[in-house]
Amino acid sequence: MTVLLSVEDIEVRYGAIKALKGVSFEVNEGEVVALLGANGAGKTTTQKTVSGMMRPSLGQIVYDGYRIDGIPPHELITLGICHVPEGRRVFPRMTVNENLEMGAFRFKRPDAAVFEHVLELFPRLRERIKQPAGTLSGGEQQMLAIGRALMGKPRLLLLDEPSMGLAPLIVKQIFDIVRGINSEGVTVLLVEQNASQALALADRGYVLETGEIVLTGTGAELLADDRVRAAYLGEEIAS
Amino acid sequence: MTDFMSYLVLGITRGSMYALIALGYTLVYGVLQLINFAHSEVFMSGAFGSYAIVHLLVGDGKGTPAWAVPFVLIAGILSGAITAAAIAWTLERVAYRPLRKRGAPKLAFLISAIGASFFLSQLAGKLFGRLTSNSFPAFWDQNHIIFHLFGAPVRTLQIVIVGSAVVMMLFLDRLVSSTKLGRSIRAVSEDAPTAALMGIDIDKTISRTFIIGGLLGGAAGFLFGLNFSLGNTMGFLPGVKAFAAAVLGGIGNIRGAMIGGLVLGIVENMVPVVHIDTSWTDVVAFVVLVLVLMFRPTGILGERLGRAA
Repeated sequence: MTVLLSVEDIEVRYGAIKALKGVSFEVNEGEVVALLGANGAGKTTTQKTVSGMMRPSLGQIVYDGYRIDGIPPHELITLGICHVPEGRRVFPRMTVNENLEMGAFRFKRPDAAVFEHVLELFPRLRERIKQPAGTLSGGEQQMLAIGRALMGKPRLLLLDEPSMGLAPLIVKQIFDIVRGINSEGVTVLLVEQNASQALALADRGYVLETGEIVLTGTGAELLADDRVRAAYLGEEIAS
Repeated sequence: MTDFMSYLVLGITRGSMYALIALGYTLVYGVLQLINFAHSEVFMSGAFGSYAIVHLLVGDGKGTPAWAVPFVLIAGILSGAITAAAIAWTLERVAYRPLRKRGAPKLAFLISAIGASFFLSQLAGKLFGRLTSNSFPAFWDQNHIIFHLFGAPVRTLQIVIVGSAVVMMLFLDRLVSSTKLGRSIRAVSEDAPTAALMGIDIDKTISRTFIIGGLLGGAAGFLFGLNFSLGNTMGFLPGVKAFAAAVLGGIGNIRGAMIGGLVLGIVENMVPVVHIDTSWTDVVAFVVLVLVLMFRPTGILGERLGRAA
């Protein structure tokens, strides 16, 4: 298995506060890797650093053999790193169609086949294609955010809390679609608080706590780990 | 009726110039969430840029053949637009970008804008004279009455002003809605960090936005100079009015700025119709602004679309 992304001992600061204190992990080509942890553990910061939105003060990030830390996000996307940010961040005044086209901004024109594929994955988007994205429900906005990222033809897809604020049924739908995207060959780095869903999907996972990785293993191992169960799946132990 | 129509024609003429300037405020506000208070001087620079070029072309204007007039007008608009665009681009580079890179507070941008504004205004004063009121050479009969609209005379200059403003605004509207450049400006306006994730270079987009705002403002400077006169402080009042127009239409909203400019121009020129002395014109314009801010702070076309949780 080839390593697609290798994060090596990165430290990231917000002013004087260290958000990440030497985080290292790897993502192999074709894998789904989950980053788990409580609020403020550094999951989103890690992902933002990978996509170029933040710069590490120490350490390095190697993607496909190239060092990419410090490269701004608008250049990184040309390497096939597409980021679905926390809170979906669709463009609210643009239509669904325009949002999808924005995802393909790096190309001269959007790929019609990819566009069609996205609309097949998310038929709801086809129904609302001319509607401003700001009028969509949370689940639809999440679908749009993922669809928009797919328009950029990702090799590495970064997903930040796709389940946030969504009904369980929609969460299941979205995770099924992420599994499908992965089976088409897209490597996925997933940030989640919903540990049971994420680990069921992930090949491997890392658990972050206050800016450090405290635990790692395959999805099944972590799902069986007492500490993970106690910290993130409290309800399952009770049952 | 004739009176009403005459003032309406004046209002539309004035309003279309306000609209062109207002677009510069609203475009820049969109990408930076910042009022570029030096935009009035960008407008003034455009007026003087075209003044220099027109002088070069026609001298004192006597004996300019009729066939050359359209070319002089086009040269005037282009030179005004290009001068102002160059000033606007430089302004962003020198007065705003360094602050942005440092993450400076909004107040710093405002102070920087005021400084740049004074600098440009005084520079123009040094180059073209402070107390003199400059006028474009009389190279054409700009007050020739072309036709009457319900008894109100419509003059050549008014047709040129409204016509070129409409053409530029239609062009801008197409640019923003259906080109990649326009899309990138809208994306940065709506959500800059996410726009960067789509592959948009934010710095470049901001530069280009200043250039577009400058082009429109400079063209307006030329038209305004033709209609009235030029001076190094000529930017202030139209600048503040156009800012009011941008707020009236909904700051950040492009069509709003166009409508706001027209509405403000018409409203302030209607003052004599209701038998109020014309010296109240400016007061009326700002009363409109205050009323909008009180009762519809998002402006005529302002809208709020949220992100669903």
